[in-house]
Amino acid sequence: MTPSKPPFWNDPKVRAIVFQVLVSAGVIAVGVYLVRNLLHNLEVRGISTGFGFLHNRAGFAVNLTLIPYDEDSSYGRTFVVGLLNTLLVSGLGIFFATILGFVVGIARLSRNWLVATLASAYVETFRNLPLLVQILFWYFAVFLNLPPPTEAIHLGHSAFLTLRGLYLPWPEPEPGFGWTLGAFVVSVGAVVFLVRWARRRQELTGRIFPSFFASIAILVLVPLVVFFATGSPLEWSKPELDGFNFTGGVAVIPELAALLLALSVYTAAFIAEIVRAGILSVSHGQTEAAGALGLSRARTLRLVVIPQAMRVTIPPLTSQYLNLTKNSSLATAIGYPDLVSLFAGTTLNQTGQAVEVMSMTMAVYLVISLVISLLMNWFNARMALVER
Amino acid sequence: MRMSSVTTAVSGLLLAIAAGTVHAGATFDAVKKRGFVQCGVNTGLAGFSVADEKGVWKGIDVDVCRAVAAAVFGDASKVKFTPLTAKERFTALQSGEVDVLSRNTTWTVVRDGSLGISFTGVTYYDGQGFLVKKKLNVKSALKLNGATVCVGSGTTTELNLQDYFTSHKMKFKPVVYDTSDETVKGFEAGRCDVLTSDQSQLYALKIKLAKPDDAVVLPEVISKEPLGPAVRQGDVEWFNIVRWSLFAMVDAEDLGVTSKNIDEMKKSSVVPDVKRLVGTEAVKHGLGIPDDWAYQVVKQVGNYGEIFEANVGAGSPLKIARGLNALWNKGGIQYAPPIR
Repeated sequence: MTPSKPPFWNDPKVRAIVFQVLVSAGVIAVGVYLVRNLLHNLEVRGISTGFGFLHNRAGFAVNLTLIPYDEDSSYGRTFVVGLLNTLLVSGLGIFFATILGFVVGIARLSRNWLVATLASAYVETFRNLPLLVQILFWYFAVFLNLPPPTEAIHLGHSAFLTLRGLYLPWPEPEPGFGWTLGAFVVSVGAVVFLVRWARRRQELTGRIFPSFFASIAILVLVPLVVFFATGSPLEWSKPELDGFNFTGGVAVIPELAALLLALSVYTAAFIAEIVRAGILSVSHGQTEAAGALGLSRARTLRLVVIPQAMRVTIPPLTSQYLNLTKNSSLATAIGYPDLVSLFAGTTLNQTGQAVEVMSMTMAVYLVISLVISLLMNWFNARMALVER
Repeated sequence: MRMSSVTTAVSGLLLAIAAGTVHAGATFDAVKKRGFVQCGVNTGLAGFSVADEKGVWKGIDVDVCRAVAAAVFGDASKVKFTPLTAKERFTALQSGEVDVLSRNTTWTVVRDGSLGISFTGVTYYDGQGFLVKKKLNVKSALKLNGATVCVGSGTTTELNLQDYFTSHKMKFKPVVYDTSDETVKGFEAGRCDVLTSDQSQLYALKIKLAKPDDAVVLPEVISKEPLGPAVRQGDVEWFNIVRWSLFAMVDAEDLGVTSKNIDEMKKSSVVPDVKRLVGTEAVKHGLGIPDDWAYQVVKQVGNYGEIFEANVGAGSPLKIARGLNALWNKGGIQYAPPIR
């Protein structure tokens, strides 16, 4: 006897589809209702709508721009300036937090009592203070207490530290600098070749070639030789006190420094714990086995422990990176011109177009976060333990 | 600050959810039903709106709101205050969080035309100026080329600053803060050479400095900043009430009527203008508020001269001269249409 086919309303597949369609339709209907209602209300209240304002002249100045910007630039350009400033502080923050976090995380496991205790104290202090408090502390209590430009701290060779920022000389390439750049590209190629050759030789003969130090030597020496051979085609733009401020060179404004320091130091405390957890998750037998094979402690860490620790470390690391990026919006508390301060703040107030500005800002953070997640998931998939 | 983004987002959401249409008189009806006026003021600006240790709001902007309450309810205390930052203020008014925005806000065409709000008058004629440290030895704003300037975010000040330096072919570096407290801290620490804001605010901020005598306000006034109350568009009745509450105070000063002598004037004055102001001669004003509205405003809040002197003038720590804010017949430009 063949089982009789149930009526379609009892078929789990049909049911699943029907429910999904109903829920989706409901969500879309609510969304459409909200948007229509919003547009209607904005119109009734005589509030301008649309994205046309992005072409209008902004008319205000910004104290940190990575792309050319002046008061005649449009609000659209303000958006890009703010976005780049957010990416700058997030990117640098992720870089420094990762390095600092790894160092502290490993230090916490050190056999040296002092190192381990200092690392613990660091983690417990910075992890347990609110980030906003730390940002305000670095900015108002540390950086703004540096001396004014007239009494700048001279750091030797045209570098100056003042409460207006850190001023450093900046190289400006002259014609002929292209050769040096070319030499650098060639030496990168040479290094890639060298590393591959060294690895193959090690596999074949077991002899180890110090490819790390050799690579560094090639990367530094070859471009340097070409640079001097072509007659040092670099002009240093040096900061000099001119009236109220230093001009020339490059300046790191205290708002950026304070925000970067606070974000890095705060997030590094969390990363240190993640790294420690990752390392502890690798069983001690692995280390002993590596020792039995005659690997040095440094090589054991690099070749045996860290690759396995990474499996445990990367997923929580991703969320720390996301946190850091989103926390960078606290910039607005100390006047660092990030996306929230510049676009969702100043631009919003000058144009009054809250709905457009806020949705663009939210979309940006969503996209940045999704991109970071995507990259980290890809990295995780590469690092994951391949089970055979 | 973060708060403002949250407020903005929430207000946006409210705009999205708030169903139904806005009909004429909606704000006035809502105010009458609620029994008090919800007024948006500055989070803290000496002379304009500041809460004392008991939480009582004081200032010239605050008094404008009290005048509206006196006109509508015959009771100047029927008003509640919402402190707003520069960034939050328009969204708060647009979304209906406040009925009146009386928060040292500059009247401009863009704000009148595209924000869905209308300015009802001018409480205080202001202009933008510069505050510098004395030891810089700068006597004129034209000598500020290359200076670093502290400025509040999201204000007309930010735009005027740029315009002034551009038109004089000078360069500057801005440092943009969110609140006036931070701006003062930045200026005091030396993060910037100059603090720019409306002149009235410069005097208020100056007395907040640890050593007020170390700073000096430069003579240049670089912009017109008429500060006044604003209401949401779409309720002409409400617009008129707010507008005439301020006019009544100016008219009272013009006629020599003060909160102290008004009862006497009501009894004895034979001047028709005064009789119309205090309500002994009926005026068919059609504003939808009690006939003694102007009497209540002046009796409970004072005339324009009184609130000016008490909050920002000689009777206050700010000691700002009347200047442009003197009456039209006393060398200033404060002027109100007649009540008749």
